[in-house]
Amino acid sequence: MSRTPVSLPQQHQFNPYSENGGTILAIAGANFSVIAGDTRQSEGYNIQTRYAPKVFRLTDKAVLATNGFAADGNMFVKKVRQRLEWYRHAHARDMSLHAIARLIQTMLYQRRFFPYYVYNILGGIEDDGSGAVYSFDPVGSYERETCRAAGAASSLVQPFLDNQIYFKNQTAPPGSAHPTHLPLAHVLSLVIDSFTSATERHIEVGDGLEMYVVLAKGSPLQGLDTIHGVTELTNIPGGERMFVIRRSLKRD
Amino acid sequence: MDHFPTNWGRPRNDAVDLYNTFPIHQRPSNVPKDAFSAGIQHTQQPIVTGTSVLAIKFKDGVMMAADNLASYGSLARFRNIQRLCPVGEHTVLGAGGDMGDFQYIQAILDELIIDEFAAGDGHTLGPKEVHNYLSELMYARRSKMNPLWNALLVGGFKDGERFLAFVDLLGTTYSASTLATGYGAHIAQPLLRSAVEGREDTLTEDEARKILEESMRVLFYRDARSLDQYQIATITAKGVDISESRKLETAWSFAEGIRGYGAQTQ
Repeated sequence: MSRTPVSLPQQHQFNPYSENGGTILAIAGANFSVIAGDTRQSEGYNIQTRYAPKVFRLTDKAVLATNGFAADGNMFVKKVRQRLEWYRHAHARDMSLHAIARLIQTMLYQRRFFPYYVYNILGGIEDDGSGAVYSFDPVGSYERETCRAAGAASSLVQPFLDNQIYFKNQTAPPGSAHPTHLPLAHVLSLVIDSFTSATERHIEVGDGLEMYVVLAKGSPLQGLDTIHGVTELTNIPGGERMFVIRRSLKRD
Repeated sequence: MDHFPTNWGRPRNDAVDLYNTFPIHQRPSNVPKDAFSAGIQHTQQPIVTGTSVLAIKFKDGVMMAADNLASYGSLARFRNIQRLCPVGEHTVLGAGGDMGDFQYIQAILDELIIDEFAAGDGHTLGPKEVHNYLSELMYARRSKMNPLWNALLVGGFKDGERFLAFVDLLGTTYSASTLATGYGAHIAQPLLRSAVEGREDTLTEDEARKILEESMRVLFYRDARSLDQYQIATITAKGVDISESRKLETAWSFAEGIRGYGAQTQ
């Protein structure tokens, strides 16, 4: 005689993922690229720390921002850096930006059935000297864009960017056209406004803002020298220049 | 007769946990099983658990606190357990979550420290290295869907530098001047932040100890899985010091005045 269960005992499956909040954003200009992210790391209603960077310098002209599950993000950046180091040893130069983008897509897709729960945005300078932004989904779909926001407050920031960068729903004054590229100072103020606004309306955004700026070879400072809180990270004089700007955001 | 004592005197419907005694509500089932289900057993829940660990930075180093209790669901099962342990000469590891997994981690770290010592190259592992090792271990185990069910704090002092960081069963890591795991993340962390943030370089050892003691007291009042016996670890340039077990002073006379629930008749 066999007994059949009335109801199966509840099985709690271990969930290997978590969401750690925060938002990232990148904008490409004609000869520069800005990659930014807030520094708060949270889980649910808890702030885990007020300073956990999610924007990482990869090479002299490439910066990667990660957002989603922080443990996956850190591990992913670690593995990308390892692959870039191997490339350097094999070819005695840094990988170019479009190649890093394709590398990231294959690395993400290799984990298609146990994905890195991470949204990546890669920014930097392309071989032709133009500013570039590549955005990815967690399983590797990617495209080159002018601007992209990802993370907790992406639904707040992206529409603002569509309006201010792509001039969506705006008509140009008669006899003139919208500019195709915006100047650096203007882009930086858009980034700062995006994050202060996201901090106001999203509980997972705040504490600190880190903005990386990459300038193409030989391009002028474009007002970077007048902004407070700038640190230059450039390695080799005469090449691309890299800067980081740190600001505070509201902590509540 | 049911042969499993944990089933005795409990509701027959295992979809409910009437007395909120998690984790014991998953009782062994008497129903014939799928022949393959016993092939590999992975941890699905913690069994014997430790509650909060607290840690703060102060002028000369890092201070940590954890009580001596290991619970079995709501039962205060082991009341003399050490949840702070030294790792090498510069580091202390504090653990919440499954105490079995924690003791396994201690065994791994002991072996690691011995291997490093045997290398005899004059190098010792500092808190950074220990934390990085643990984060890789925890992330690797979660990626195998077989986690070590802990929230760990690593505190230390080496080469004139304080170090304090967190790692949990998911491999999530972070660092801050005040850290708390488990219930302490809700109850003690706000108290620690208002006492410590911005004062990391001026707080003395005595002040730091006072802050932790007060937080442990609040936790004992509010956390039903905590104990009034706890230890404090101090890590400075002088090395690691883990105190003997000490007892919290608490006052319960206010409870006499509470009316509205419980056994009073008026």
